[in-house]
Amino acid sequence: MSALRESLGFLTSRLRQVGIFVALILIVLLFQVLTDGILLQPQNVTNLVVQNSYILILAIGMVMVIIAGHIDLSVGSIAGFIGAVSGVMIVHWGWAWWIAIPACLLVGALVGAWQGYWIAYVGIPAFIVTLAGMLIFRGLTLITLKNQQITPFPDELRALGGGFLPDISGGTSMLEWLTVILGVGGTAAILFQSIKERRIRRKFNLENEPMAWFATKTAFIAVLMLAITFLLASYRGTPIVLIVLAVLVIAYSALMSNSIFGRHTYAIGGNLHAAELSGIKTKAVTFRLFVNMGVLAALAGLVFTARLNSAQPAGGTGFELDSIAAAFIGGAAVQGGIGTVAGAMIGGLIMGVLNNGMSILGLGTDYQQLIKGLVLLLAVGFDIFNKNRSGGGTTVAKRFKWKTAPSDSAEEPMPAAKTPAAVAAVAEPAVAKPAGGTVGAGPVSAVENS
Amino acid sequence: MNVPILQMRGITKTFPGVKALQDVTLDVNRGEVHAICGENGAGKSTLMKVLSGVYPHNTFDGDILFENEPCDFSTISDSEKRGIVIIHQELALSPYLSIAENIFLGNELASRGWVDWRKTNLEAAKLLARVGLSENPVTPIQHISVGKQQLVEIAKALSKEVKLLILDEPTAALNDEDSGHLLDLILHLKGQGVTSIIISHKLNEIRKVADAVTIIRDGRTIETLRLDQGQITQERIIRGMVGRDLESLYPDRTPSIGEEVLRIEDWTVQHPQDHSRTVVHNASLNVRKGEVVGLAGLMGAGRTELAMSVFGRTYGRAVSGKVFKHGQEINTSTVPEAIRHGIAYATEDRKHYGLNLIEDIKRNVSMAALGKLAKRGWVDRNEETIVANRYRTSMNIKAPSVAAITGKLSGGNQQKVVLSKWMFSDPDVLILDEPTRGIDVGAKFEIYTIIAELAAEGKAVIVISSELPELLGICDRIYTLSAGHITGEVPIAEATQETLMHYMTQEKE
Repeated sequence: MSALRESLGFLTSRLRQVGIFVALILIVLLFQVLTDGILLQPQNVTNLVVQNSYILILAIGMVMVIIAGHIDLSVGSIAGFIGAVSGVMIVHWGWAWWIAIPACLLVGALVGAWQGYWIAYVGIPAFIVTLAGMLIFRGLTLITLKNQQITPFPDELRALGGGFLPDISGGTSMLEWLTVILGVGGTAAILFQSIKERRIRRKFNLENEPMAWFATKTAFIAVLMLAITFLLASYRGTPIVLIVLAVLVIAYSALMSNSIFGRHTYAIGGNLHAAELSGIKTKAVTFRLFVNMGVLAALAGLVFTARLNSAQPAGGTGFELDSIAAAFIGGAAVQGGIGTVAGAMIGGLIMGVLNNGMSILGLGTDYQQLIKGLVLLLAVGFDIFNKNRSGGGTTVAKRFKWKTAPSDSAEEPMPAAKTPAAVAAVAEPAVAKPAGGTVGAGPVSAVENS
Repeated sequence: MNVPILQMRGITKTFPGVKALQDVTLDVNRGEVHAICGENGAGKSTLMKVLSGVYPHNTFDGDILFENEPCDFSTISDSEKRGIVIIHQELALSPYLSIAENIFLGNELASRGWVDWRKTNLEAAKLLARVGLSENPVTPIQHISVGKQQLVEIAKALSKEVKLLILDEPTAALNDEDSGHLLDLILHLKGQGVTSIIISHKLNEIRKVADAVTIIRDGRTIETLRLDQGQITQERIIRGMVGRDLESLYPDRTPSIGEEVLRIEDWTVQHPQDHSRTVVHNASLNVRKGEVVGLAGLMGAGRTELAMSVFGRTYGRAVSGKVFKHGQEINTSTVPEAIRHGIAYATEDRKHYGLNLIEDIKRNVSMAALGKLAKRGWVDRNEETIVANRYRTSMNIKAPSVAAITGKLSGGNQQKVVLSKWMFSDPDVLILDEPTRGIDVGAKFEIYTIIAELAAEGKAVIVISSELPELLGICDRIYTLSAGHITGEVPIAEATQETLMHYMTQEKE
């Protein structure tokens, strides 16, 4: 009985994380019913992954930039620009994909360095620099493409957007076995990691989640991963881009929670002055964040171009809005210092499922945009409401200097997003499956595939 | 004379999981200055928020009678209509607006939506005169000193025809002179019939102005002391606040002073914006192993500016001068360099410059020396937790665990986290800027003990403080600054408040 009460208390204190997860599940269920089961058909699930992958890749970099207290409005244009560059390199110049891909990522890094320089070292707000970048790189895209699309791309590059891992059973069995092995292996790894994490927390007397909640959550994640594995395996197996995404999510989650660089990023966003006075090289960290964002935007551009099999003048338009929305729906704080890669992925999936579901239903982009806008507003509104309800929001606490005595803010006002995310983060690659094409994905919406 | 103006009865305010106030009683008589004392987190601010309508009337239990009429405020403006005005310690002024605009902010003198500027400025000038200011009402608020801004806040309160003025730590950011003015003004207003409630940590101020003192501890009223009954004594207030007698305000220590660790020579710093102003002039000072050196000075004397410019040039421009450590000249032009050379600077403003308030204790402790916990860029989080737990025990940081968010801790515990952070960076020289600001009496003693221990470990400690008794209590040697010049160097045996104040006010040309 007391365990139940404890769990309930815990759930209320973690309303944000639980809420976003529940929201994703509800949205999936809703569209599953509305679309008469099309949403979770193996083919559509596969589609969701591929269509949404570039937004999720962008959201990784975006949430990091947002955690540091900045924003990047230029990622859509950079993705489009890199798409154009890759077209010139591969189609016009005939470069091999294994030279062109690193070269494109390098160009992305240079673009990021350009913006990072203005933001970190000159001190122009990121909003302005990247707004300029949005125009600059859209312009460069048009110039590079001479306002015409470049197509077709060789199969090797196209595999990045629409390819699958080879079927080791030679297409004879019901399930694609490599996918099953990866899925089951991944699930086992997550279980192992979660239990290990919990043991460590207990060992150091840190507050732990109640056992009931921990068990439910872990079991749920495991079941979810296995379900997705089953769905993917009964269609064409594991999309290559899912592997790319999984590696990125694991690597960046670890980077953000365990590396000096990641920790400095949180420190800068949480309190820039304190970070500076603690000897953190804030400018260097900011610069690197934007270089990283440039590389990820380049990768997203490559995936998108590969998927469409063409580099288009308008490619990547609106990606910045989707990736920013993903980060905020996923719990990142506008003032910085709070957010997780895992959260941004869930946020991205919510947007993706909405897109995909509404496309299947045949809703026009007018209603799609209206609904997505409202979802973003509600998600962040819920955050703010939550903070105020728990007494003394963060901004209030900052204003009144000595007033944050424990009694005044008995309940944690901030979405303490980081701790549970360490566990949830590992779950990401698997969860990262249902998703629908966003703005740029018009021509490849789910309807066409079903 | 003893006519009650305010009676708060049985106030109980509960936050999820915590009783912030429990059956609190407060009686304030008309025309008196009533001080509220209590440690940080005791519930003083919560009580004032209950009174002023920040917490609406149905969110707490108990009754409030103001001028014998029950109060059920839902917002601050409800309480202001009845003449209850609260002035927060962090001033609520808009820096770019004029004094007059600020005074009538939200309460504009207007007809049919259009501001009457002539009337606004005239009325503002009258109100300014009442608080003893002769400033032009059209001066932007950012161009007057913090002390005067505080007075403008009071003028603003007067414009609302205040009957009960609540001041939350009004002198925390003021120097002694401005504090004195402010306290005089409170007494002056008392003469005009304004009742005041003043929340303060400074016992000497309370003794100067208060007719009555109510002590709150752990959300309960301990007692109300009245001047006319001869009850207001420092010992009694402290005993009430901490629940025990403090034999001594400062720990005993026997200094064991070694060789010179840090020497600063001919240090000169210009103001970062105003290039014609030199904030520190040719300052030279030194500190030795195991020694606690004080830096005394009035507000604006350049103490913090001196310290921050030495610590990675985090203040000022055109910094010139030399820093020597163990006789070798060192480069401290960036914070990482300064830290590498074993210098640590714990800021006077821990909320804005010292802590990441949305992060937990362990991440704040490790912030300045994350590299010590990392291999090839990856942080060993277990080690981090072990380190943080070690400091939690040794510094007596009161928190459920090292995963507690620092923004939720009391001022004293936050300060201990800041000190832990710098101790973990393993410095040879610690510069502590106002280490006990905004901290209650019990925690102050703990901080002093930590400083004494640091010195005993062989660290060189520089303490900047506005409280002279504090410097006299913990230092071995005190430098005085006045208008950017070092005007005196006084061994503790010769130091008294009077000699220090003499040097601190000395003009040097």
